[in-house]
Amino acid sequence: MTLTTERDTEVVYPDPTPPVLGGFQGLPSRPGWFSQHLGTAAVGAVLGYLLGHWLGNVVASGYTNVANSGVNAVAITGGLLLGVLGWLLGIGALNYPLAKMAGLEPRPDYESTSWTRYLRYTADHKVVGLQYVIGVLAFFFTGGLLAMAIRTELLSPSSHVFGPGTYIAIVSEHGTIMMMMASSVVVGPLGNWLVPLMIGSRRTAFPRVEAFSFWIFTAGYLVILSALFYGGFPTGWTGYAPLQTQAGGGMMSYLVGFGVIGVGMMAAGFNLAVTIINYRAPGMTWSRVPIFVWSILATSALLTLATPTLVAAGLFGILDHTAQTAFYVSEHGGSSFLWQNLFWFFGHPEVYIMALPGFGIVAEILPVFTRKPLFGYKVAAAGMLGVALLSFFVWQHHLFQSGINPDMRPLFMLTTELISIPTGFIFLVGLGTLYRAKIRFEVPMLFTLAVFFNFLIGGVTGVFLSDVPVNVTVHGGFFVLSHFHYTIMGGLIFAFFAGLYFWLPKMTGKTMNKKLGLIHFWLMFIFFNLTFFPMFLIGLLGQPRRVFEYAQNLQALNDFSSMSAFVLGASFLVFAANFVWSIFIKPVPAPANPWDSLGLEWQTPTPVPYYNFERIPVVLTDPYHYGEGSPPAVADLGQGGLVAAAASSPASVAEDPRPPAQ
Amino acid sequence: MTNAEVDPGEQSFVVPEAKEPRHLWRMVGIWFVLSAVLVPLYYFLVGPHVPPGTMTSAAESNQFDFNILFMIALPVLLAVWIYLGYSVVVWRASRPGAADPVGGPKARGHLGMQVGWIVTTTVIVLGLFVFGTVELVTNAGSGGGQGPNPIWTPTSHTILPVQVIGQQWKFTYRYPTFGGFESQQLVVPNDTTIAFHVTSLDVIHSFWAYQLSIKADANPQQDNVAFTTTKELGSVTVRCSELCGLWHGAMFNYGKVVSKASFVAWAKATEALTAANTKLLPPFAYTYVPDANGADGGYYPDNIDPYSNAEVYGATPGKS
Repeated sequence: MTLTTERDTEVVYPDPTPPVLGGFQGLPSRPGWFSQHLGTAAVGAVLGYLLGHWLGNVVASGYTNVANSGVNAVAITGGLLLGVLGWLLGIGALNYPLAKMAGLEPRPDYESTSWTRYLRYTADHKVVGLQYVIGVLAFFFTGGLLAMAIRTELLSPSSHVFGPGTYIAIVSEHGTIMMMMASSVVVGPLGNWLVPLMIGSRRTAFPRVEAFSFWIFTAGYLVILSALFYGGFPTGWTGYAPLQTQAGGGMMSYLVGFGVIGVGMMAAGFNLAVTIINYRAPGMTWSRVPIFVWSILATSALLTLATPTLVAAGLFGILDHTAQTAFYVSEHGGSSFLWQNLFWFFGHPEVYIMALPGFGIVAEILPVFTRKPLFGYKVAAAGMLGVALLSFFVWQHHLFQSGINPDMRPLFMLTTELISIPTGFIFLVGLGTLYRAKIRFEVPMLFTLAVFFNFLIGGVTGVFLSDVPVNVTVHGGFFVLSHFHYTIMGGLIFAFFAGLYFWLPKMTGKTMNKKLGLIHFWLMFIFFNLTFFPMFLIGLLGQPRRVFEYAQNLQALNDFSSMSAFVLGASFLVFAANFVWSIFIKPVPAPANPWDSLGLEWQTPTPVPYYNFERIPVVLTDPYHYGEGSPPAVADLGQGGLVAAAASSPASVAEDPRPPAQ
Repeated sequence: MTNAEVDPGEQSFVVPEAKEPRHLWRMVGIWFVLSAVLVPLYYFLVGPHVPPGTMTSAAESNQFDFNILFMIALPVLLAVWIYLGYSVVVWRASRPGAADPVGGPKARGHLGMQVGWIVTTTVIVLGLFVFGTVELVTNAGSGGGQGPNPIWTPTSHTILPVQVIGQQWKFTYRYPTFGGFESQQLVVPNDTTIAFHVTSLDVIHSFWAYQLSIKADANPQQDNVAFTTTKELGSVTVRCSELCGLWHGAMFNYGKVVSKASFVAWAKATEALTAANTKLLPPFAYTYVPDANGADGGYYPDNIDPYSNAEVYGATPGKS
């Protein structure tokens, strides 16, 4: 109580020095529907698409028709690129640079409390984070529906629901959408929302870049979906080259889509890396940074350094289609190996872009529900950086049977197996934290424990794949398919839902329904394993990936997997119902710190004020002082006294005397 | 039985100062017993049936490698699962009398544990690397595609070359030592070392002869070589295991391993039977440049106007 009273006397409202977030609205503001929002973005995209398509036909009619498709690749590429540009112009992402170029002084960003801010270009990292939540869920559910279609087709080895063309389009679309989604699924929503709060900052380093990364991410979603209107593309998410060169209009959506998403990934990673390095509050030394922030830092490094390769590779592909170059056409002097190497040089760091944030989430959640400090904090951080570094040296294990120089294979077998050492650190950290703990089985904790169960299977089967002799049997089959679903879905997506259930009460101020959460968890966990475990056997028994026909004797296993997949799909309906019910229909206000966490992000009031912290906090210690009778305050929030850690006196936070931030 | 009369709830209440059991030793005990039972069970009951079987030297060695890896992986899986299971049962908060955890430096790390963990995983990983490399080298590449210049070659002096040509969407086989005839079916002799020369006429395919334990990508304009030695008679399933377009799922056929005598008989008969056809084929080569005017009917170069001015890569123009 004394702390609260002391604070009362010193806090002045409003904050006398609101930080200027930097304006982005070069145009005079117009209220309501006449300002820039999702609707104007859609209009801009349509106009841009039409203009680009027309231009493409004008400059390249007659000589650049894509083979067998009757479509003009230049027109499609032009339409998609200008469509993305129109989308960005329409949402207002380019107002600031355009205003600056025109010599105008852009208006500073302003605080908005209207719900319409979620449909706008905004520099508030908390709004962008929630926009990302909806964005990645839309992405994820779209890819999930396609997965249901795949499993429906595979119910029977020989009678078909889809034709082979439709099926291959569905498979390719599923893979690409899921990969695009997974590379942003944690960095986008949780990274943007949490990192500034965790490191005691009022904003990210480049708020406009952060908002740009979200809106170009949504544009990428529309671009990759547009492939369906061009008849899809037949290459799977890997887009291997001679097939890519041969493919029709949908391929342009893939190439442009990955380019567009890639720019967004670079922007998001760059912004977060700079934020973490430069915007840590005083006292937030590297040994006090929450482990989740370490994982985002490692991921951001990968996003920034690996993605340019993908964009360049995609550019070559676009040139092959539009300007008749021959980067990937071997009979004209190019090489199909060029695409494979460029793609996987991005693609393998990409795999760890999809693993590391999951490690960060589980390591962040474990101490809260075990009431123990994180075991081996330095090992965990070093492991993440080690994985990030090594991930650049393993890509050729995707080419083990492709006919690369044979003496490269032991080398890449070594690097691939070496990377399992730092990856294994997450188990050392997790198991050490569980030792003699007091485990509360809340929904986020269940998802966290499931990550350890699933990722173990995913990791161990990865060692099988890295062994070149065993790889002969399992390469390109359902075994590898199951392996990466165990790591990405069983690891990252489970961790993502752990993070959502854990942080949504802070992000939205609403409590998620626990009963529905438990139903969601058990359905997802059980049927995830029942769906994907049989696929190891299916793969060992000789079923290649991406086939629509398979051997008769594998029908029982495939049907079992399909049935389980349908229930797995249904489990996400439970989540959707929970989300809509708990946040929109019957909201129950969440306490400021429902899980009794010591993390800095939980010491803020709910909802978190626009500027996060009234004063820049002075960080006093790391947030893992669990299991000590009265844990020390994690930070001096600068409001006349130390805010004691929530676990010892949660009342001091819950009874925050300040008026609501709105 | 006096114990039965004691209320279990009361029991835990009465003995609050019980000595902390030696959790790690308990887990190690469970782990050791389970591993000692399950690993031999796997090896003797499951191991011999593990794909890809024992039809060739590559299949034998790859099955052996899989089993070795599995017998190392199984104790690792058991260790983590037992630890997780033990934790959630013994250290759950809802357990009567669950003690508050003790934080502080001791809970934040244990040098011995950390060093032990890192050393153990490193030793396992380096061991696996050495094992995998030795198996790869001593088994002439273990049936995987080694590219145009294989460096681990079989010791046998009589190697039968068989060319595998992938195209959308079928595999054909050429036998250069029998006049370069072409067959729609893969037939190979038993007890013979075979060199598969895998190439493609269009996109990337992957030649996966499942029972032979051969997997080699078929790349256009590249000769990808894989070796194996057949050991048993039987039939072989061939599938394409690299996505190659529309009918990728339907790109499979069947082959067989037959006795040496019947192979020679079959090859000679087929060579004679297809002699007229073989004349129309391009001379045997390790790679082929597909005719850009392939739509005219030939898959191989016909040396007639290979790239006309109207040609666009992959298009189907009418020949002017």
